[in-house]
Amino acid sequence: MFAQNGDNGERKLCIICSKGTLDMAYPGLILANAALMEGIDVTMFFTFWGLDIINKKKMKHLKCTPLGNPAMGMPNLLAVMPGATHLVTKMMEKEIEKLDFPPVDEFLQMIADAGGEMYGCKMSMDMMKLTQDDLFEGVAGVVGAMEFMEMSENAQVLFI
Amino acid sequence: MTTLEIVGKQVEFDEEGFLKNPDDWTRELAEALAAEMGITLTPKHWQVIEFCRQDFQRTGESPTLRRITKESGVTTKELYKLFPKGPAKKVARIAGLKKPTGCI
Repeated sequence: MFAQNGDNGERKLCIICSKGTLDMAYPGLILANAALMEGIDVTMFFTFWGLDIINKKKMKHLKCTPLGNPAMGMPNLLAVMPGATHLVTKMMEKEIEKLDFPPVDEFLQMIADAGGEMYGCKMSMDMMKLTQDDLFEGVAGVVGAMEFMEMSENAQVLFI
Repeated sequence: MTTLEIVGKQVEFDEEGFLKNPDDWTRELAEALAAEMGITLTPKHWQVIEFCRQDFQRTGESPTLRRITKESGVTTKELYKLFPKGPAKKVARIAGLKKPTGCI
């Protein structure tokens, strides 16, 4: 009946998450979820520091630092003070909650429940001495860069 | 804007297929729109649709999927099964609401 019936057909999005800070974890999670809500297939690939997002021990404790981040408006001299990172992280967590975005672990579960596929990067995991047991249960597997290339064939790729 | 005759009634839609006037909505219309998307409405579908319509009346906005799963008693997994491939817009279309704008 309508050309744009919200059906995105075979459209596919691959998101590479390479950062492990709270502020850099959310863009990937939000976009993955938005794509799923739009009917787009999603594959997420967590590499290097991005593995912290799916690391069971760390995913609930991602931090946001004001140090070296001029957008945050805190002078670096203050940002190095003990507790500054903790304070900024708490503030950011509060803002995230106000917007009704779930915490990282709940967000991952939501993406998994919506059919999003998640993979850890093999090389980074070897380097950090991690196994799949260390990762969030919804992670489908551990793959290398070449396998990721196969998975991302014909997909739009985002590197975050 | 497109006007279509559905279940014997002239109904106006915007260019993306969302109902122009929420008052035009009827249960028969919802069934016809769902059928168009290959969905047969079950009581679980209705649970979602009715929640969305009530929520829209309260807030004037189409509820986000997060809000639907938090408040309607239907889980994320179920929601994606009920309205496969793009539940956000499908729910809003069938419930006769405007295009959802939330990011979550």
